[in-house]
Amino acid sequence: MTIESFLQNLSNGISLGALYALISIGYTMVYGILRLINFAHGDLVMLGAYFAFYGVAMFVLPWWLAFPLAILFTTLIGIVIEKAAYKPLREFPRINLFAAAVAVAFLLENLAIVIFGGRPKAFARPAFLDQLLKIGNISFVSYTPVIIITTIVLCTVLILIISRTKAGIAMRALSKDIETTGLMGVDTNRIIMFAFMLGSALAAAGGILWAIKFPQINPLMGVMPGLKAFIAAVLGGIGNVWGAMIGGLLLGVVEIMLVAFFPQLAGYRDAFAYTILIVLLLFRPNGIMGEVQAEKV
Amino acid sequence: MTILLKLEAVTKRFGGLTAVNKFSTEIHAGELCALIGPNGSGKTTIFNVITGIYTPTEGQVLLGGEDVSGKRPDLITGMGIARTFQNIRLFKGLNVLENVIVGKHLRLQSDPLSSVLHLPKYQNEEKEMREQGLVLLESLGLDHFAYDEPTSLPYGQQRKLEIARALATNPRLLLLDEPAAGMSPTDAEGLMKFILHILDYFDLTIFLIEHQMRVVMGICPRIIVIDHGEKIAEGSPEMIQNDQHVIEAYLGVSDHA
Repeated sequence: MTIESFLQNLSNGISLGALYALISIGYTMVYGILRLINFAHGDLVMLGAYFAFYGVAMFVLPWWLAFPLAILFTTLIGIVIEKAAYKPLREFPRINLFAAAVAVAFLLENLAIVIFGGRPKAFARPAFLDQLLKIGNISFVSYTPVIIITTIVLCTVLILIISRTKAGIAMRALSKDIETTGLMGVDTNRIIMFAFMLGSALAAAGGILWAIKFPQINPLMGVMPGLKAFIAAVLGGIGNVWGAMIGGLLLGVVEIMLVAFFPQLAGYRDAFAYTILIVLLLFRPNGIMGEVQAEKV
Repeated sequence: MTILLKLEAVTKRFGGLTAVNKFSTEIHAGELCALIGPNGSGKTTIFNVITGIYTPTEGQVLLGGEDVSGKRPDLITGMGIARTFQNIRLFKGLNVLENVIVGKHLRLQSDPLSSVLHLPKYQNEEKEMREQGLVLLESLGLDHFAYDEPTSLPYGQQRKLEIARALATNPRLLLLDEPAAGMSPTDAEGLMKFILHILDYFDLTIFLIEHQMRVVMGICPRIIVIDHGEKIAEGSPEMIQNDQHVIEAYLGVSDHA
């Protein structure tokens, strides 16, 4: 393989991995706090893409207005899901919460089919994201660096919020011991809502960027990225935000590089990529950044 | 003397088990009062009822005349009750200063939005919360541990840190659940002196649970004794020591004195 095509594939893998990373953060934050695998999370990716699509195509908004609005609406829906479907079940066994998450996922997918229509729609990239660029012999479309930079910016903001702010510190305390956090005067419901807010916003951003990279959207488009982002979160060490970012990045790069080095495996891409991940998890059962977690009493 | 905390015939049942039975008492503002009793006598259950982890099955908890029974724990903390735990429950993965900042949470004003946008107002507050946290740690002699992992602290310092975190909520009433548990007699004595110091320094009222009677004999002017969920005696250490019920139930019958 030439160095040019290697770099080209690498940039492709990193941008795909960046998207996985954005999506997997929401999984890992919610798991860290509620021990819930929020299977509806992937469908927020789809909602983000559709809201952006309608903002531009139906309401003729400029992208810089349509995209933030799409993120805002998706975030609101994320909050509604938490309040309506998860909060009332929080005191019950975890499996109920998990079942509710699967139910919400089906609900969102079916609502999307009914409301948006089942047929795929073409997502129009803003013109500046559709330029063919060339550095030396490496050619790429301008959305690739934009996806990577946007992800870096969003992840930096998130890390700052979690590590420095009052709400972020409370969120970390909550993920260690929810009862004690409440007893220290923290309104735990608000912090849980805040975590869903952040996760949903990142999923929506991921969805819009996904639609820019793969500009054909359909009501089930969130399922595959959602599952892969979930795997990325586990790979990185579920509950750990840094782990989700690293896991997502690794997953994207492995997927693309595998095909780059072994083109004959293209059809088996996912099968091979995930076999590697299973092996990796055999050696690091708690994920790359994961700590050994004792079951909470 | 004003009554700060009043328990009125508090009963807590778990299914068929009565953990606390018609327990009534008053805690006066500014006092240091101890609740003692054998293992499993219902001491921690009473704390859990006061702090809102449990809703009393019957009876009422009044703080400054206001009914707090069954309120959400964070609201009760907001009204001025803070506590520590028998088994130290510090937040691992958060450093010492951050542990204290969690306690400061409800006294800080900023909303999530301004923190996301990193507005200047918020940045000031962020600085302030760190400074306030450091001042509190300093006043308790914990400031040189500020950026350490709490579990790396010596055991006695972890106990102090838990008290610091509770103090960060600005309580009127501090509940300490077996603060000297697992300490040598010398360390326990040191901790009791520390408790007397904060009682005065922070103008507090302290209600503490202790398992070993001798730890509190020297410093608590008033002691309440509980056995099998019921109050069996209340009064000065001398009265308690000579109370026939206490000797039978607490000192005589059980192995641990």
